Amino acid sequence: MPEMNYREAMNRALREALDENETAYIMGEDIGPYGGTYAVTRGLYDEYGPSRIKDAPLSESVIVGAGIGSAIVGMKPIIEIMTINFSLLAMDQIVNHAAKLRYMSAGQIEIPLIIRMVTGGGAQLGATHSQNFEGWFASVPGLTVVAPATPYDALGLFRASRDTRDPVIFVEHALLYSLRGDVPEEHYMVPIGRADVKKSGKDVTIVSHSRMVHVAMGAAQELEQIGISVEIVDLRSLRPLDMDTVIKSVEKTHNAIVLEETWKTGGFGGEIASQIVELGFNFLDSPVMRIGGEDVPAPYTHVLEGLAFPDIGRVVKGVRSLLDR
Amino acid sequence: MTIERQIVKDQLLRYYHQMVLIREFEGESYRQYMQKNIRGFLHAYSGQEAVGVGIIGELENQDYVVSHYRDHGHAIAKGVNVNSVMAELFGKSTGTSRGKGGSMHLFDVGKRFMGGYAIVAGQIPIAVGLSLAAKEIDKEAIVVCFLGDGAMQEGEFHESMNLSSIWKLPLLFVIENNLYGMGADVAQTLAIHDEIYKFANGYKMASDKVDGMDLFEVRAAAQKAIGLVRSGEGPYLLEAQTYRFRGHSISDPANYRPEIEVSYWMSRDPIEMLKTRLIKEDMVSQEDLDAIHKLVESEIVEAVNFAEKSPFPSADELYQNVVSGSGE
Repeated sequence: MPEMNYREAMNRALREALDENETAYIMGEDIGPYGGTYAVTRGLYDEYGPSRIKDAPLSESVIVGAGIGSAIVGMKPIIEIMTINFSLLAMDQIVNHAAKLRYMSAGQIEIPLIIRMVTGGGAQLGATHSQNFEGWFASVPGLTVVAPATPYDALGLFRASRDTRDPVIFVEHALLYSLRGDVPEEHYMVPIGRADVKKSGKDVTIVSHSRMVHVAMGAAQELEQIGISVEIVDLRSLRPLDMDTVIKSVEKTHNAIVLEETWKTGGFGGEIASQIVELGFNFLDSPVMRIGGEDVPAPYTHVLEGLAFPDIGRVVKGVRSLLDR
Repeated sequence: MTIERQIVKDQLLRYYHQMVLIREFEGESYRQYMQKNIRGFLHAYSGQEAVGVGIIGELENQDYVVSHYRDHGHAIAKGVNVNSVMAELFGKSTGTSRGKGGSMHLFDVGKRFMGGYAIVAGQIPIAVGLSLAAKEIDKEAIVVCFLGDGAMQEGEFHESMNLSSIWKLPLLFVIENNLYGMGADVAQTLAIHDEIYKFANGYKMASDKVDGMDLFEVRAAAQKAIGLVRSGEGPYLLEAQTYRFRGHSISDPANYRPEIEVSYWMSRDPIEMLKTRLIKEDMVSQEDLDAIHKLVESEIVEAVNFAEKSPFPSADELYQNVVSGSGE
């Protein structure tokens, strides 16, 4: 199977969207001649021209709002918010409008809109550029929140997002863009709302999404050496949330850890942990453990930044303490 | 009477009818509020009728209108059924949004009334998007976005002015300057408050102001503005100077407005001004106008009856339309 990296998979996903529907367009900041901050749109401006690849002023609110308005009357906008940190400047459009117009109009209005955002820390970008807000969006009815961890899932979930008739927050992790993985030539789709068991195991379930899936994988490898078998559930979308797959795994392993990159306090991991308790209490041999980011703004220097986010060592330690092994 | 004169007369009577209908609709909605048939927020358009009716009257059916939370007048002027609007206020399943929107969130996509928006300035970026689609795929339609002086204080207004100007979008911004954003005097809240249409200069956008109490003036200004926008000249900003006859909402007695100011504007009631002129210039007779008041009276009675008799939505509608297919 051919390999490509996450960035290339997203670039292919965008090309497909533009090729399939002539009313599809991409709008964002510096996505044109500059090629996009994370180079996902590189080459598209030359190929598709300025009316399909719309470089917009630094105005997140009107970028998202224009996406909403044009989606309502038949266009297929793909909005790039340079990083999820800047989505705060568009919160009104996303939360008050994109998420609510279908409901408030009793279905008269549909918003088939994809809003791509780059999430995550770990690149020494400091406190304002190292955040994960996908969990916030996932608490809003009306939004769909997708967060692929692999090139395969990125392309497959983007295809599924294009078929969605509601706004999708499509979250890509900055540190995953160079990650390589198998991506078939033939057409496939990854349905939204289905978690994926990325690794099968029998002693403990780690539930995670996006980059933290790979941290869990690294920890699982280490733990394998001391005879602990970890099952890894990649949620792939936070809304809709596939708790069936999570509970099925917990039923098998009897132990659960929820791992996420953002602050532990109020993080989306708390939601998953409480649902595990509500739905699968009888399967549990130990309390559900949460591993998340430290409750601090992300520091710049690598010495401190390394302490702020979950890493393989911390996950290994967490698993061993939970299983007492 | 010549045919031309008859056409003009019919048209003027239609305008008069719409303005009276909006005024009486809102008077009735206040009464229904007192009887607790309507709850939540209720913001009356009374006093501003000539703006909405005058502007929307110059549009074609395919043109889009985007409004704010004071949206009854715009909806009715765009042809949204009065029974459905009243039913929406009553929270009934025959309402424009099946009772899920309420007074501030009226929608009728079929009429291209694209919504009342209750977050101040939140409607403006969406109007930009509609006008983008109008330019790129529709090619016939233009968009009118109504907003108040209060919305001009928000960043979303300025982002939208900038983008729509750069991209030359077919979008008419109509500022309904009623001098107050809720209770705050524009003199305290806008850097340029005496001629707020001049904000457009900073965005290289054509603009003008008009007496929003005079239907004839509004129509003339609308014809000019809409003509320019339709010809592809890009967006246009029109400031209509007007006044709220009631408080910000039903719960606001508007004590912060000086009596002399209120009585001045009340003396310029757009409906009275229109009536006086129509009679004085012998364009219509008193009987014509009486007939309209009588018609409106029966329309309001019918709207209330319709709303009263309509059922509330059933509980299984709670989850419907959160996303496509939800709750089914």
